[in-house]
Amino acid sequence: MEKILFYCFAAILLFAATMVITVRNPVRAALFLVLAFFTSAAIWLMLEAEFLAITLVLVYVGAVLVLFLFVVMMLDIDTSILKEGFTRYLPLGLLVATLIVLELVAVLGAANFGLEQVPMPEAAEGSNTKVLGRLLYTVYVYPFEIASVILTAAIVAAITLTLRPSKRKTQDPAKQVLVRSTDRLRLVKMASEKPKDGRPRQ
Amino acid sequence: MIALSDYLIVAAILFSLSVAGIFLNRKNIIILLMCIELMLLAVNLNFIAFSHYASDAAGQVFVFFILTVAAAEAAIGLAILVVLFRNLSIINVDILNRLKG
Repeated sequence: MEKILFYCFAAILLFAATMVITVRNPVRAALFLVLAFFTSAAIWLMLEAEFLAITLVLVYVGAVLVLFLFVVMMLDIDTSILKEGFTRYLPLGLLVATLIVLELVAVLGAANFGLEQVPMPEAAEGSNTKVLGRLLYTVYVYPFEIASVILTAAIVAAITLTLRPSKRKTQDPAKQVLVRSTDRLRLVKMASEKPKDGRPRQ
Repeated sequence: MIALSDYLIVAAILFSLSVAGIFLNRKNIIILLMCIELMLLAVNLNFIAFSHYASDAAGQVFVFFILTVAAAEAAIGLAILVVLFRNLSIINVDILNRLKG
Protein backbone atom coordinates (compact mmCIF):
# COMPACT_ATOMS: atom_id res chain seq x y z
CA MET A 1 0.00 0.00 0.00
CA GLU A 2 2.73 2.42 1.00
CA LYS A 3 4.72 1.45 -2.04
CA ILE A 4 1.77 2.07 -4.40
CA LEU A 5 1.23 5.50 -2.83
CA PHE A 6 4.90 6.34 -3.22
CA TYR A 7 4.99 5.36 -6.87
CA CYS A 8 1.79 7.33 -7.56
CA PHE A 9 3.23 10.46 -5.96
CA ALA A 10 6.58 10.00 -7.69
CA ALA A 11 4.88 9.60 -11.07
CA ILE A 12 2.77 12.73 -10.54
CA LEU A 13 5.83 14.68 -9.40
CA LEU A 14 7.91 13.73 -12.42
CA PHE A 15 4.97 14.33 -14.79
CA ALA A 16 4.45 17.80 -13.32
CA ALA A 17 8.17 18.58 -13.60
CA THR A 18 8.16 17.48 -17.26
CA MET A 19 5.19 19.70 -17.97
CA VAL A 20 6.88 22.67 -16.25
CA ILE A 21 9.82 22.51 -18.63
CA THR A 22 7.84 21.78 -21.80
CA VAL A 23 4.60 23.81 -21.79
CA ARG A 24 4.49 26.93 -23.91
CA ASN A 25 2.50 29.14 -21.56
CA PRO A 26 4.34 30.40 -18.43
CA VAL A 27 1.07 30.54 -16.47
CA ARG A 28 0.53 26.83 -17.05
CA ALA A 29 4.15 26.15 -16.11
CA ALA A 30 3.58 27.95 -12.80
CA LEU A 31 0.42 25.92 -12.16
CA PHE A 32 2.27 22.65 -12.86
CA LEU A 33 4.97 23.85 -10.48
CA VAL A 34 2.22 24.15 -7.84
CA LEU A 35 1.28 20.52 -8.56
CA ALA A 36 4.91 19.44 -8.25
CA PHE A 37 5.28 21.16 -4.88
CA PHE A 38 2.03 19.65 -3.60
CA THR A 39 3.03 16.10 -4.51
CA SER A 40 6.49 16.51 -3.07
CA ALA A 41 4.86 17.72 0.15
CA ALA A 42 2.96 14.43 0.15
CA ILE A 43 6.22 12.50 -0.32
CA TRP A 44 7.75 14.46 2.57
CA LEU A 45 4.76 13.43 4.68
CA MET A 46 5.59 9.79 3.89
CA LEU A 47 9.12 10.50 5.15
CA GLU A 48 7.68 11.74 8.48
CA ALA A 49 8.73 15.33 7.91
CA GLU A 50 5.30 16.73 8.74
CA PHE A 51 6.37 20.25 9.71
CA LEU A 52 8.38 20.79 6.53
CA ALA A 53 5.61 19.33 4.36
CA ILE A 54 3.11 21.85 5.73
CA THR A 55 5.72 24.61 5.47
CA LEU A 56 6.28 23.71 1.84
CA VAL A 57 2.57 24.01 1.09
CA LEU A 58 2.07 27.22 3.08
CA VAL A 59 5.25 29.07 2.16
CA TYR A 60 5.91 27.75 -1.32
CA VAL A 61 2.49 27.16 -2.78
CA GLY A 62 0.95 29.95 -0.74
CA ALA A 63 3.54 32.67 -1.17
CA VAL A 64 6.35 32.02 -3.61
CA LEU A 65 4.33 30.41 -6.39
CA VAL A 66 1.57 32.99 -6.06
CA LEU A 67 4.34 35.56 -6.49
CA PHE A 68 5.44 33.72 -9.62
CA LEU A 69 1.89 33.68 -10.99
CA PHE A 70 1.49 37.34 -10.11
CA VAL A 71 4.64 38.33 -11.99
CA VAL A 72 3.82 36.10 -14.97
CA MET A 73 0.39 37.64 -15.30
CA MET A 74 1.65 41.19 -14.68
CA LEU A 75 4.23 41.03 -17.45
CA ASP A 76 2.78 41.02 -20.93
CA ILE A 77 5.02 38.45 -22.55
CA ASP A 78 5.00 37.33 -26.14
CA THR A 79 5.35 33.58 -25.63
CA SER A 80 6.04 32.75 -29.27
CA ILE A 81 9.56 34.19 -29.39
CA LEU A 82 10.42 32.72 -26.00
CA LYS A 83 10.13 29.19 -27.30
CA GLU A 84 12.60 29.73 -30.14
CA GLY A 85 15.34 27.14 -30.10
CA PHE A 86 13.28 24.65 -28.14
CA THR A 87 13.65 21.90 -30.75
CA ARG A 88 17.23 22.92 -31.47
CA TYR A 89 18.33 22.36 -27.89
CA LEU A 90 16.05 19.34 -27.28
CA PRO A 91 18.60 16.62 -28.24
CA LEU A 92 21.38 18.24 -26.20
CA GLY A 93 19.12 18.72 -23.18
CA LEU A 94 17.83 15.15 -23.33
CA LEU A 95 21.37 13.81 -23.71
CA VAL A 96 22.66 15.73 -20.70
CA ALA A 97 19.60 14.79 -18.61
CA THR A 98 19.91 11.06 -19.41
CA LEU A 99 23.62 11.14 -18.66
CA ILE A 100 22.98 12.79 -15.28
CA VAL A 101 20.24 10.26 -14.46
CA LEU A 102 22.43 7.29 -15.43
CA GLU A 103 25.37 8.52 -13.39
CA LEU A 104 23.27 9.34 -10.35
CA VAL A 105 21.38 6.03 -10.49
CA ALA A 106 24.66 4.16 -10.74
CA VAL A 107 25.78 5.79 -7.50
CA LEU A 108 22.46 6.06 -5.64
CA GLY A 109 20.86 2.82 -6.82
CA ALA A 110 19.73 -0.13 -4.76
CA ALA A 111 23.27 -1.57 -4.75
CA ASN A 112 24.54 1.18 -2.45
CA PHE A 113 21.42 2.57 -0.76
CA GLY A 114 19.05 -0.40 -0.81
CA LEU A 115 17.16 -1.81 2.15
CA GLU A 116 20.07 -4.10 3.07
CA GLN A 117 22.54 -1.25 3.29
CA VAL A 118 20.20 1.34 4.84
CA PRO A 119 17.50 -0.46 6.82
CA MET A 120 14.09 1.09 7.42
CA PRO A 121 14.23 3.23 10.59
CA GLU A 122 11.76 2.80 13.39
CA ALA A 123 8.91 5.28 13.44
CA ALA A 124 9.90 8.45 15.28
CA GLU A 125 8.25 9.08 18.61
CA GLY A 126 6.66 12.39 19.52
CA SER A 127 6.00 15.48 17.48
CA ASN A 128 8.18 16.30 14.53
CA THR A 129 7.52 20.01 15.10
CA LYS A 130 8.73 19.77 18.68
CA VAL A 131 11.95 18.05 17.66
CA LEU A 132 12.64 20.63 14.95
CA GLY A 133 11.81 23.53 17.25
CA ARG A 134 14.13 22.23 19.90
CA LEU A 135 16.97 21.90 17.41
CA LEU A 136 16.31 25.29 15.84
CA TYR A 137 16.28 27.25 19.07
CA THR A 138 19.24 25.53 20.72
CA VAL A 139 21.87 24.11 18.39
CA TYR A 140 20.97 26.11 15.30
CA VAL A 141 19.97 29.40 16.91
CA TYR A 142 22.64 31.50 15.16
CA PRO A 143 21.87 30.13 11.67
CA PHE A 144 18.21 30.75 12.48
CA GLU A 145 18.94 34.42 13.18
CA ILE A 146 21.04 34.69 10.03
CA ALA A 147 18.05 33.31 8.11
CA SER A 148 15.92 36.13 9.46
CA VAL A 149 18.57 38.66 8.36
CA ILE A 150 18.54 37.10 4.87
CA LEU A 151 14.77 37.46 4.70
CA THR A 152 14.96 41.11 5.79
CA ALA A 153 17.62 41.79 3.15
CA ALA A 154 15.37 40.15 0.57
CA ILE A 155 12.43 42.39 1.55
CA VAL A 156 14.58 45.54 1.38
CA ALA A 157 16.12 44.52 -1.94
CA ALA A 158 12.81 43.63 -3.57
CA ILE A 159 11.16 46.87 -2.46
CA THR A 160 14.06 49.15 -3.44
CA LEU A 161 14.34 47.44 -6.83
CA THR A 162 10.71 47.84 -7.76
CA LEU A 163 9.95 51.17 -6.08
CA ARG A 164 9.34 53.83 -8.66
CA PRO A 165 10.19 57.45 -7.77
CA SER A 166 6.88 59.17 -7.16
CA LYS A 167 5.74 61.75 -9.71
CA ARG A 168 3.48 63.57 -7.26
CA LYS A 169 4.58 66.61 -5.23
CA THR A 170 5.97 65.17 -2.03
CA GLN A 171 8.08 66.40 0.84
CA ASP A 172 11.64 65.19 1.09
CA PRO A 173 12.16 64.40 4.80
CA ALA A 174 15.95 64.60 4.51
CA LYS A 175 15.75 68.15 3.18
CA GLN A 176 13.21 69.08 5.83
CA VAL A 177 15.51 67.94 8.61
CA LEU A 178 18.55 69.67 7.17
CA VAL A 179 16.86 73.07 6.78
CA ARG A 180 18.32 76.05 8.69
CA SER A 181 16.50 79.08 9.96
CA THR A 182 18.44 81.33 7.54
CA ASP A 183 17.00 79.34 4.65
CA ARG A 184 13.43 79.84 5.79
CA LEU A 185 13.30 83.65 6.17
CA ARG A 186 15.41 86.20 4.40
CA LEU A 187 15.30 89.91 5.31
CA VAL A 188 15.81 92.17 2.35
CA LYS A 189 16.76 95.81 2.67
CA MET A 190 15.00 98.08 0.23
CA ALA A 191 13.90 101.65 -0.06
CA SER A 192 10.41 102.34 1.22
CA GLU A 193 7.82 102.97 -1.45
CA LYS A 194 5.56 105.94 -1.24
CA PRO A 195 2.73 106.79 -3.54
CA LYS A 196 3.06 110.17 -5.25
CA ASP A 197 -0.13 111.79 -3.90
CA GLY A 198 0.34 110.74 -0.28
CA ARG A 199 -2.58 108.29 -0.21
CA PRO A 200 -2.04 104.57 0.32
CA ARG A 201 -2.41 102.46 -2.78
CA GLN A 202 -5.58 100.50 -3.23
CA MET B 1 8.97 -1.22 2.21
CA ILE B 2 10.41 1.74 0.34
CA ALA B 3 14.18 1.84 0.22
CA LEU B 4 16.27 5.00 0.51
CA SER B 5 17.45 4.45 -3.07
CA ASP B 6 13.88 4.92 -4.37
CA TYR B 7 13.67 8.42 -2.92
CA LEU B 8 17.17 9.25 -4.11
CA ILE B 9 16.39 8.11 -7.66
CA VAL B 10 13.19 10.18 -7.79
CA ALA B 11 15.18 13.20 -6.62
CA ALA B 12 17.89 12.47 -9.21
CA ILE B 13 15.35 12.30 -12.04
CA LEU B 14 13.73 15.53 -10.82
CA PHE B 15 17.13 17.24 -10.75
CA SER B 16 18.05 16.10 -14.25
CA LEU B 17 14.64 17.18 -15.56
CA SER B 18 15.27 20.68 -14.28
CA VAL B 19 18.76 20.68 -15.82
CA ALA B 20 17.15 19.72 -19.14
CA GLY B 21 14.62 22.52 -18.56
CA ILE B 22 17.44 25.04 -18.28
CA PHE B 23 18.79 23.79 -21.61
CA LEU B 24 15.40 23.88 -23.35
CA ASN B 25 14.07 27.20 -22.08
CA ARG B 26 17.17 29.31 -22.31
CA LYS B 27 15.22 32.27 -23.67
CA ASN B 28 12.63 32.49 -20.91
CA ILE B 29 13.87 33.81 -17.57
CA ILE B 30 10.65 32.90 -15.74
CA ILE B 31 10.92 29.22 -16.65
CA LEU B 32 14.62 29.33 -15.75
CA LEU B 33 13.70 30.56 -12.25
CA MET B 34 11.09 27.80 -11.98
CA CYS B 35 13.72 25.21 -12.97
CA ILE B 36 15.99 26.49 -10.21
CA GLU B 37 13.11 26.06 -7.74
CA LEU B 38 12.65 22.47 -8.98
CA MET B 39 16.37 21.77 -8.47
CA LEU B 40 16.18 23.05 -4.91
CA LEU B 41 13.12 20.83 -4.38
CA ALA B 42 15.12 17.77 -5.51
CA VAL B 43 17.94 18.70 -3.14
CA ASN B 44 15.44 19.11 -0.29
CA LEU B 45 13.95 15.69 -1.07
CA ASN B 46 17.45 14.20 -0.75
CA PHE B 47 18.02 15.96 2.56
CA ILE B 48 14.71 14.76 4.01
CA ALA B 49 15.19 11.17 2.80
CA PHE B 50 18.65 10.95 4.34
CA SER B 51 17.41 12.59 7.54
CA HIS B 52 14.58 10.04 7.80
CA TYR B 53 16.76 6.99 7.17
CA ALA B 54 19.52 8.24 9.47
CA SER B 55 16.97 9.15 12.19
CA ASP B 56 18.63 12.54 12.55
CA ALA B 57 16.53 15.71 12.45
CA ALA B 58 19.51 17.91 11.50
CA GLY B 59 18.79 17.28 7.81
CA GLN B 60 15.33 18.77 8.23
CA VAL B 61 16.85 21.91 9.76
CA PHE B 62 18.98 22.22 6.64
CA VAL B 63 15.85 21.98 4.49
CA PHE B 64 14.35 24.78 6.58
CA PHE B 65 17.29 27.05 5.76
CA ILE B 66 17.27 26.08 2.08
CA LEU B 67 13.58 26.99 1.92
CA THR B 68 14.37 30.39 3.48
CA VAL B 69 17.16 31.16 1.04
CA ALA B 70 15.10 29.90 -1.92
CA ALA B 71 12.20 32.16 -0.98
CA ALA B 72 14.54 35.17 -0.73
CA GLU B 73 16.12 34.27 -4.06
CA ALA B 74 12.77 33.94 -5.80
CA ALA B 75 11.59 37.29 -4.43
CA ILE B 76 14.73 39.15 -5.54
CA GLY B 77 14.85 37.35 -8.90
CA LEU B 78 11.27 38.27 -9.69
CA ALA B 79 11.88 41.87 -8.59
CA ILE B 80 14.84 42.07 -10.98
CA LEU B 81 12.61 40.59 -13.68
CA VAL B 82 9.94 43.25 -13.11
CA VAL B 83 12.53 46.06 -13.31
CA LEU B 84 13.98 44.50 -16.45
CA PHE B 85 10.59 44.28 -18.11
CA ARG B 86 9.80 47.86 -17.12
CA ASN B 87 12.99 49.14 -18.73
CA LEU B 88 13.23 46.95 -21.85
CA SER B 89 9.63 45.67 -22.34
CA ILE B 90 11.07 42.22 -23.07
CA ILE B 91 12.57 39.45 -20.98
CA ASN B 92 14.49 37.69 -23.71
CA VAL B 93 17.83 36.48 -22.37
CA ASP B 94 19.57 37.03 -25.68
CA ILE B 95 19.45 40.82 -25.51
CA LEU B 96 20.73 40.99 -21.95
CA ASN B 97 24.32 41.45 -23.02
CA ARG B 98 24.73 45.12 -22.23
CA LEU B 99 27.22 44.51 -19.44
CA LYS B 100 29.72 42.78 -21.68
CA GLY B 101 33.04 44.55 -21.58
